[in-house]
Amino acid sequence: MGHRTPLFDTHVASGAKIVDFGGWDMPLNYGSQIEEHHAVRRDAGMFDVSHMRPVDVRGAGARAFLRYLVANNVDRLAQAGKALYSCMLNDAGGVVDDLIIYFLRDDWFRVVVNASTAEKDLAWMEKVRTDRGFEVTLTPRRDLAMIAIQGPNARAKLWQARPGTRAATEGLGAFFAAETGDLFVARTGYTGEDGFEVMLPAAQAPALWADLKAAGVAEAGLGARDTLRLEAGMNLYGNDMDETVSPLDAGLAWTVDLKAPREFVGRAALERDGATKALVGLKLLDKGVLRSHQKVVTPQGDGEITSGTFSPTLGFSVAMARVPREVRAGDVVQVDIRGRLLSAQVVKMPFVRNGKPMI
Amino acid sequence: MKFPAELKYTQTHEWAKVGDDGLLWVGITDAAQDMLGDLVFVGDVKVGQTLKSGETAGVVESVKAASDIYAPVDGEVVAFNDALESEPQQLNSDPYGSWIFKMKTSASIDGLLDAGAYQKNVAESH
Repeated sequence: MGHRTPLFDTHVASGAKIVDFGGWDMPLNYGSQIEEHHAVRRDAGMFDVSHMRPVDVRGAGARAFLRYLVANNVDRLAQAGKALYSCMLNDAGGVVDDLIIYFLRDDWFRVVVNASTAEKDLAWMEKVRTDRGFEVTLTPRRDLAMIAIQGPNARAKLWQARPGTRAATEGLGAFFAAETGDLFVARTGYTGEDGFEVMLPAAQAPALWADLKAAGVAEAGLGARDTLRLEAGMNLYGNDMDETVSPLDAGLAWTVDLKAPREFVGRAALERDGATKALVGLKLLDKGVLRSHQKVVTPQGDGEITSGTFSPTLGFSVAMARVPREVRAGDVVQVDIRGRLLSAQVVKMPFVRNGKPMI
Repeated sequence: MKFPAELKYTQTHEWAKVGDDGLLWVGITDAAQDMLGDLVFVGDVKVGQTLKSGETAGVVESVKAASDIYAPVDGEVVAFNDALESEPQQLNSDPYGSWIFKMKTSASIDGLLDAGAYQKNVAESH
């Protein structure tokens, strides 16, 4: 038996197919993954993401610690509630994890890390803290559950289920968060749609889930979460980057700040090595399904698919692939699918945004 | 989950029956489609090839995974149900209503699993 979120019994009662995900028993789908995917693109769906780990970073040295810990620059966080996506690197410039940092107060930031890497991440953060003597405390918030409500009608349906949250969250811009009562509501997500990610005391999660369901929010599992994030061109840790891959080789240069004269873990390695590969989008021109680890053959050399799937919104297969840097959007490349070379076109990501095809 | 008594089954979750054209019709079972989830591709069927029992005859892919489909007996693959190329989800809604490929064979299917034995297999693997 793996770890279970406060919503595990709810998922089982809803008929979810449960699978192991990084040591957690999580819902893969509640029937049809494709219907769950469409519900998020067209209306509203919700995901239990309580396996992810919020970590509170508190203390006088909180900003200085994060400024050194991550590759993006927390000095971009000036307004309370603002969120920042970043990678946390090792000394070789590889990605220890990707995370979101919320700025709450000068002495309080909240970082949300991935489930399967949470223990490793905490150990790494503790090591960085002690090595440099930062004045911060790191508190994993295992007492919190997290529900992502995503889709064009997601916000309205949270307000329907919890009218009291509306005043504090209606004016939130993208990538901003606010506290309202016991709820921490952020206008963030991993689907390419509008919506909220809500953190709340674990004991309150089943009631919120039930009320959202009553408001017409579709239950959606990890399967739909993966096809949605891939269509949105968002990286998945462990697939598209890991400790051996630099963010510059993972399409994440936009999250690395090398302009500010700021020391951070991995900076020297990034400046020494630069970008050596490109992460590009692929659209399969032939019939079939692109999958991770398939070989990509280009005139400039071989590459590899890091994430691939059938796109329910587009009706054909798309993928992310790490390829030589000289490969350009519009190029046609070959992908080795079970010994057959099929044609795919290099395209700019995202594939889908706000319900609409972008390619 | 359905296990029609008039069909024969394999350990690898194909069903087979001799159709009214005298050919062996092969598809995937209800348990197979349930395990795979929403199907999005059926293909790579080796029409014209002579296969031994257990050799790969094609592939079905769901949003989740790719899964080979196998020849239940020795024989020649003579047809692919290409309607499934555009409507692979037919295998989810009615797995026994759509054959995937047909084989010309002189082999008997009596040695394959009957519905009861196959159902027991599925129950034990869950």
